[in-house]
Amino acid sequence: MYIDNLYLSTSTFLAEVEVGKHFYWNIAGFLVHGQVMLVLWLVFAVLLICSFLGSRDVKQIPDDWQNFMEFVTDFTITIARDQLGESFYRQWLPFTGTLFLFIFGCNWAGALFPWKLIQLPEGELSAPTNDINVTVALALLTSFAYFYAGFNKKGLGYFKHYIEPIPFLLPLTILEDFTKPLSLSFRLFGNVLADELTISVLTALVPLIIPLPIMILGIFAGSVQALIFSTLAAAYIAEALE
Amino acid sequence: MDSIIAAASVIAAGLSVGLAAIGPGIGQGNAAGQAMEGISRQPEAEGQIRSTLLLSLAFMEALTIYGLVVALALLFANPFNN
Repeated sequence: MYIDNLYLSTSTFLAEVEVGKHFYWNIAGFLVHGQVMLVLWLVFAVLLICSFLGSRDVKQIPDDWQNFMEFVTDFTITIARDQLGESFYRQWLPFTGTLFLFIFGCNWAGALFPWKLIQLPEGELSAPTNDINVTVALALLTSFAYFYAGFNKKGLGYFKHYIEPIPFLLPLTILEDFTKPLSLSFRLFGNVLADELTISVLTALVPLIIPLPIMILGIFAGSVQALIFSTLAAAYIAEALE
Repeated sequence: MDSIIAAASVIAAGLSVGLAAIGPGIGQGNAAGQAMEGISRQPEAEGQIRSTLLLSLAFMEALTIYGLVVALALLFANPFNN
């Protein structure tokens, strides 16, 4: 493809970017993007080990690791409570908190590890959130979650909110249910992929020093995107509950 | 790939990011300016203003990112490339 020529001429292997090339695994007839699964498992492992170490030996006066994990938990509680309010946040904290920690872990796993050192037969290891399948799965989960929240609270009366202010806006309120997961998934996918593309283009032009500020910006943007995704998920659930 | 399609896709990709950057650029400038005014009026509210500003800036940035996603689809997953 014509995009290959740009990177062949620079001849720096660090600057290569492989969008749309995947390391396929065939699991029970399904084609799976192996490079995404590998990094996903690493993120799962890191999150599990962190929470295990934090809760293994719970003390009245927390020491270093437990202290850190309590800070993290407090932060996720703040996200949920700001949107959902005192009365509902406990029920939905596991969902929004998991979303935040998982997306944060994925973005930082892509930004902090030198994945280029590990060669795959095809494709490359990077942040799992730069694959649109991952972000669409997360966004659809959010959709199911707020539908479930609405049904659980109001039963079939949940559908009344489609014609609530005026029935005239019915097409727009239905459309909103489709644009919510679309914008959630595209926002996360685009931000993570844009960051990696910017870094690789800059690395192709100037391999030293110059890409560093963009990398730091990428780390910052990764955490902000995780915060935004979980805040929006909590806000949509709160909207369905009210 | 047909060279006409390739050329049109590259131009369209550039335009989609460039045009998508205009609106959010104006919006982010407005928001940052207003936030600065707010901080200079009320320096003690800086922390709250900053966190709200960052969140809203990221929302505006998302609009440019939609343009970028269209550009990426044109460059890497072009539906007219057969």
